[in-house]
Amino acid sequence: MSLAAALRTDDVSKLPGRRDEDWRWTDLRGLLREIPPLSPEIEVAEGGPFAAVSADELAYGNGRSSGGADYGNLTMVGDGTLRLRFVSDAAATRHSTFVAITVEEGDTVTLLESYEGRGSAYVASVEIALEVERDAHLTRIILVDEAADAILVSEARVVLHPGATFHQTVLTTGGRRQRIETVVTHPGAGGSVRMDGVYLLGDRRHADITTEVTHARPDGKTDQLVKGCVSGQARAVFQGRIIVARGADQTDARMGHHGLILSERAEIDAKPELEIYADDVACAHGNTVGALDEEAIFYARSRGIPEAEARAMLTQAFVSEVVDRIEHEGARAVARAWVAKQLGGVA
Amino acid sequence: MLSIKDLHVRVGEAEIIKGLSLDVPAGEVHAIMGPNGAGKSTLSYALAGRPGYEVTAGSASLDGDDLLALDPSERAAKGVFLSFQYPLEIPGVPGLTFLRTALNAQRKARGDEEVSAPAFLKLVRAQAAALKIDFEMLKRPLNVGFSGGEKKRMEILQMAVLSPRLLILDETDSGLDIDALRIVSEGVNAMRSPDRAMLVITHYQRLLDYIKPDRVHVLADGRIAASGGPELALQLEAEGYDKYAKAAA
Repeated sequence: MSLAAALRTDDVSKLPGRRDEDWRWTDLRGLLREIPPLSPEIEVAEGGPFAAVSADELAYGNGRSSGGADYGNLTMVGDGTLRLRFVSDAAATRHSTFVAITVEEGDTVTLLESYEGRGSAYVASVEIALEVERDAHLTRIILVDEAADAILVSEARVVLHPGATFHQTVLTTGGRRQRIETVVTHPGAGGSVRMDGVYLLGDRRHADITTEVTHARPDGKTDQLVKGCVSGQARAVFQGRIIVARGADQTDARMGHHGLILSERAEIDAKPELEIYADDVACAHGNTVGALDEEAIFYARSRGIPEAEARAMLTQAFVSEVVDRIEHEGARAVARAWVAKQLGGVA
Repeated sequence: MLSIKDLHVRVGEAEIIKGLSLDVPAGEVHAIMGPNGAGKSTLSYALAGRPGYEVTAGSASLDGDDLLALDPSERAAKGVFLSFQYPLEIPGVPGLTFLRTALNAQRKARGDEEVSAPAFLKLVRAQAAALKIDFEMLKRPLNVGFSGGEKKRMEILQMAVLSPRLLILDETDSGLDIDALRIVSEGVNAMRSPDRAMLVITHYQRLLDYIKPDRVHVLADGRIAASGGPELALQLEAEGYDKYAKAAA
């Protein structure tokens, strides 16, 4: 069951829906009665939110790689940064993309991934296969700025080789229905994974951050911190699963999800799962959902800060813990500015 | 400067302030003393505009402006500053950021220009040094993990930087050791001026050895039960609040 398969075969019965356990909070089958027609070709001008941070760009417009070249399989050679852009400009149509990227042994790559949606009511599917070779380092910063009524599913499959590290931070404002899914195979052997995320959802938006990390062998580390806030009638979904396979001893896995509900009709559904089949592991998870501290708001107001500004300040402070963990200085600055801008409208 | 007339304040179902009248002229320091539960903190919260503290009757004005009609941030911009008995922790917001945001918000509300970063830092450095606050501490999230004494010093620092006209000190001495009490009191005394008024709320006379009041009022059962000069504080220290509590009952 996946959106990609349904779009490929033009078959709505392949759409995941509320009866599929992992999709029960992100129902696509109930939403899409038929597969919409293919989106038109568009030109994508160079740029995007990370334009000032990195020179190299790989862009897709409505599912097609820009310039006509087919970059379906790409091997990154050497250290560097790449802007990976998925631009949608469509109305009530659909498009799909598949990209495979390999980071070669010992190299360090930063992928600055952006979802830039214009238009309305389109359906977009993005599949990404990432392979991080031995002792290589991949950082993925994902900025999702989609149309309010768009449907997007981004599914990344990440395979790590021994000693590799993979750090990811998702930042999203959601869409009509949206899922950013990352599935990682972790071979341990000193490798480390970070799976962070921030959601800032207002109005009637929805976003689902789903992750799964499988520790297949001993001595691996996973650290996850996802935070976000929902206002209006927005709905956030966090599903984090860490599987520690039999024999994957010395695994160190930490998962944290903390959400703020800023209005009565907003909702957060969270399902943190640790499945541990090994004996000698250090695993922990924390999950909290609450409201802003009203006493802290009054404190700020009593110092002269107007209420709306106080709320935005405290909400920004709440999620900035995640943004501050981004090591790439340029990407961190973009993420910070983006969060500050979004909170003008959300908090 | 501060004029309170027949103030009634309700918190939830309970009326806590029951017809309180008080005038604090510019340049004066007035102490409010009273037993636990008399309504001392309720009075300070009502003046600052805390949600849930409902004024059901009476008035409170600062230089003739009705305070009760204003939002808490507007009251702050008019010059009201409440030093909290239990200052809040503000996770994720460095002290410097918080203070600069507050100062600029107040200036904006008054139609003044924002303070420049260098001018702001100069001002804060000077005030922090006077209060023996390590400047590095201001780069940490405000009050998070600070000791009681550090939080109180941070309150006085904010007060010094924001330069309010009406200072309300709610149990500022609670949680302070003798050294911290002296530093905090010196900070408060440095702010005494002919165009400022101060309301010092305290349970114990001790603080008034350091911050000398012009007038002392006894608050019991939501009203001013007695007023006098500084000697009243000493008398309370010797005799306790029993007779006022009885009178109120």
